[in-house]
Amino acid sequence: MNTAHQQVAQWHPVCSLEDLVPDSGVVAWLDAQPVALFWLPEQEPQVYALSHYDPLGRAEVLAHGLICESEGEWSVASPLYKQHYRLHDGRCLDDEKVSVRTWPVRLVAGKVEAYY
Amino acid sequence: MKKQLLVIGNGMVGQHFIEQFLEMADRDHWDITVLGEEPHAAYDRVHLSEYFERGQAEDLLLADPAFYSGNQIRLRLGEPVTQVNTQTKTVVTAQAEYPYDQLVLATGSYPFVPPIAGKDQEHCLVYRTLEDLDAIKASAEGVTRGIVVGGGLLGLEAAHALTKLGLEAAVVEFAPRLMPVQLDAEAGRLLRQKIEDLGVRVHTEKATQLIRPGDEHRLCMEFSDDSKLETDLIVFSAGIRPQDALGREAGLTLGERGGILVDNHCRTSDPNIYAIGECAVWNNQHFGLVAPGYQMARTAAAALNGDASLTFTGADMSTKLKLLGVDVGSIGDAHVTTPGAQTYRYLNEIDGIYYKLVVSEDNRKLLGAILVGDNAPYDTLLQYALNGIDLPEQPEALILPSNAGGPPSLGADALPDEASICSCHNVTKGDIREAMNDGIMNLADLKAGTKASTGCGGCAAMLKTVFEHELESRGVSVDRSLCEHFAYTRQELFHLVRVEEIHSFDELLEKHGKGGGCEICKPTVASILASCWNEHVHEEPHVSLQDTNDTFMANMQKNGTYSVVPRIPGGEITPEMLIKIGEVGKKYRLYTKITGGQRIDLFGATLDELPLIWEELVAAGFETGHAYGKSLRTVKSCVGNTWCRYGVQDSVSMAIYLENRYKGLRSPHKIKMAVSGCTRECAEAQSKDIGVIATENGWNLFVCGNGGMRPRHADLFATDLSDEELIATIDRVLMFYVRTGDRLQRTSVWLENLEGGLDYLKEVVLADSLGIGCELETQMQQLVDTYQCEWKTAIEDPEKRKRFRSYVNADEPRRARIQLVEERGQLIPARDITEEEVA
Repeated sequence: MNTAHQQVAQWHPVCSLEDLVPDSGVVAWLDAQPVALFWLPEQEPQVYALSHYDPLGRAEVLAHGLICESEGEWSVASPLYKQHYRLHDGRCLDDEKVSVRTWPVRLVAGKVEAYY
Repeated sequence: MKKQLLVIGNGMVGQHFIEQFLEMADRDHWDITVLGEEPHAAYDRVHLSEYFERGQAEDLLLADPAFYSGNQIRLRLGEPVTQVNTQTKTVVTAQAEYPYDQLVLATGSYPFVPPIAGKDQEHCLVYRTLEDLDAIKASAEGVTRGIVVGGGLLGLEAAHALTKLGLEAAVVEFAPRLMPVQLDAEAGRLLRQKIEDLGVRVHTEKATQLIRPGDEHRLCMEFSDDSKLETDLIVFSAGIRPQDALGREAGLTLGERGGILVDNHCRTSDPNIYAIGECAVWNNQHFGLVAPGYQMARTAAAALNGDASLTFTGADMSTKLKLLGVDVGSIGDAHVTTPGAQTYRYLNEIDGIYYKLVVSEDNRKLLGAILVGDNAPYDTLLQYALNGIDLPEQPEALILPSNAGGPPSLGADALPDEASICSCHNVTKGDIREAMNDGIMNLADLKAGTKASTGCGGCAAMLKTVFEHELESRGVSVDRSLCEHFAYTRQELFHLVRVEEIHSFDELLEKHGKGGGCEICKPTVASILASCWNEHVHEEPHVSLQDTNDTFMANMQKNGTYSVVPRIPGGEITPEMLIKIGEVGKKYRLYTKITGGQRIDLFGATLDELPLIWEELVAAGFETGHAYGKSLRTVKSCVGNTWCRYGVQDSVSMAIYLENRYKGLRSPHKIKMAVSGCTRECAEAQSKDIGVIATENGWNLFVCGNGGMRPRHADLFATDLSDEELIATIDRVLMFYVRTGDRLQRTSVWLENLEGGLDYLKEVVLADSLGIGCELETQMQQLVDTYQCEWKTAIEDPEKRKRFRSYVNADEPRRARIQLVEERGQLIPARDITEEEVA
């Protein structure tokens, strides 16, 4: 059996803060897949990383959705069929059986780092 | 064995009878045959004069042609009945003989022509049917003057029709005033003044004695006072008479002054024969309005199905109408015939308004009213009169102008359940409550379910008030907030943005909203800001507000790729430009398809390819087509008089001009337009938000049509406009829509929800009743002047181009991750074979 080399998870540099768009999303390539990065300059934490793939729309689109706030919770609305995915844990707010993967991210000296 | 139901007459009342009968009857028991004298199926006679504007009988038809065959109704048109034989129970026409078990007479009325010497010569006409209108039109060809005999309701309608044909029209009335049945002397005088201001001469107290060939015009009318009038044609509209000949010959009992006498169930003296509408009289009363006719139709349909609970015992003859654009209303005892009755009167000669209230001796009940110049208080007054509601302490408040903006309206809770809201379809407040108890919670379904406000439409405002009141009383708050972040409608937000000169979402949210915004308010506000200040969608404060399609100025498709639509104004394109699109499509392996809006859509582009594609398109002279925006899409056109042998104007040039003028305009929803070069209408302009159809004298403008999911035929808005008038009118209509439309509300729904509807829109745009006409035009001109091709600006700016990277940290082409397969020589998304796995 050809097992993949097991790596210890660690912080990886992804991009600089200037690559992000305030109150919106961009796509980064990390952990061997496209990941949506959202930057909310006024919130804490400021940066969120979710799978770019929308399991309900079945396409890589989530980074291009609109950021929404409802009763203090922040989510992204999928551009395809408008389901909301919560930024901090990837939970779909319109269908509780569905969620997308999230990654821990942090800002270090103007750089975005992700943990995987 | 099925019973034979035979209906003679296919007018408005005959048609209503069929519809009512179908609803009540067990169809297995009946064969239905309808015999019509006219060659057309039932049409809307109330709006007959619109035939001159639209020119098509189809537009006036009351039922889809498939209605009859779909309901297995044998419809024989152009087949007048010559005899009814009550012994053999048969009906005879020139073509055939039809047996009946039950017979319904809905033969209507005929125009009364006074016995004047010379009345039968050529160019002496009547105004009743589509054929009459064709005859009037033919007679008006190439001449200048027309006279209508009769200053009643129909006569003034006929005069209106003559002015639409471009004739100099005059009205000759025997009585001392216009509309003597409905109006008093003061009201008649005011109406006359208003109508003369519109260019229609009025001659009262004229008894015509002779019609003879004229000297300068075709005919000369001589009156009993020795005066004369010359004219090219005469239209008699001096009242109607029941068309009772068949009944008379069959031996049915007639009324004292004609008309087939019916009982409370609309049954004639022969138990197998019913009579409804204008051919019938009840209690020796004749009802020349459509609403009582409909009530009779319902009553007869019920009786035929064994339901004796419905009866016809007279009808309210109140009327509200617009004559030559002048509001006129008459309610109940307008002539103060009730003993002891007293009046309140208000006359405003400056604005041309007259109101009269007729109240009971004790000053508690409203018995009647007359209105000229403004029908605003009509609905409220009618409810007081019909339902015997106690008048307020000072009844005059109902007709006096109040500083609070109009008379106090009658609250919906003051109406009893029996209060008739829609008299055309006899819908009471109780019916509306019942429908809402059954779960109908929106106005459109309520109209469809109860038919309320689908007749003359006069009760629309009252229906809305009752509906909203009922919603509130059910604890459903009528919340018109845009979303949880803004407790305002789109229209209110638009106002705030303009008045306070707000230039960003954050500023608006801080001043007037709460929370962080969402996918509803962000694009709405972005659109409002664009309509007001026209900044690029990628400017810093706006970039995070846009819907995905606006953000990337392309349309996201199901697999996450984008489609590209360059603008092709009016659908006109040179071979070179066409080749360029082909080259770009080939180079980027894009799936290519012609759209419904006369342009070309290129599918399958990835984010990183979009600026590359547009670099080539912009270099070739293309601009963005805004297929992604809530904005003007295309202006479709036919080839017009440039090539077409029928064309009367250059529709392509006009379409290109309109498309270039309004391109980039951000609005509540997308806007589509079309320009047709002649009345054949090949560009299908009457299904567009803005439709323009060429005439020999200019352009006819249609507004608020729609194709798609909820088709709506556009309404004729103005006729024979010059180029400049057309542009100014469209400027105003569009900008008023942009200002007042709801989020994602197309113009069709906007107009339907606009209080006052088409008439109100005409007042605002054509008569400038709000005094904002110039402002609307100026605002539009500002948007036109600040237009930029968003794509051209974007590709020239490295910062804006950064937004189109597929990955911010890798150069890997996005395309590699998209599964495409080939079909008919082009690449399409791979069909989803994992569907079952995922489910």
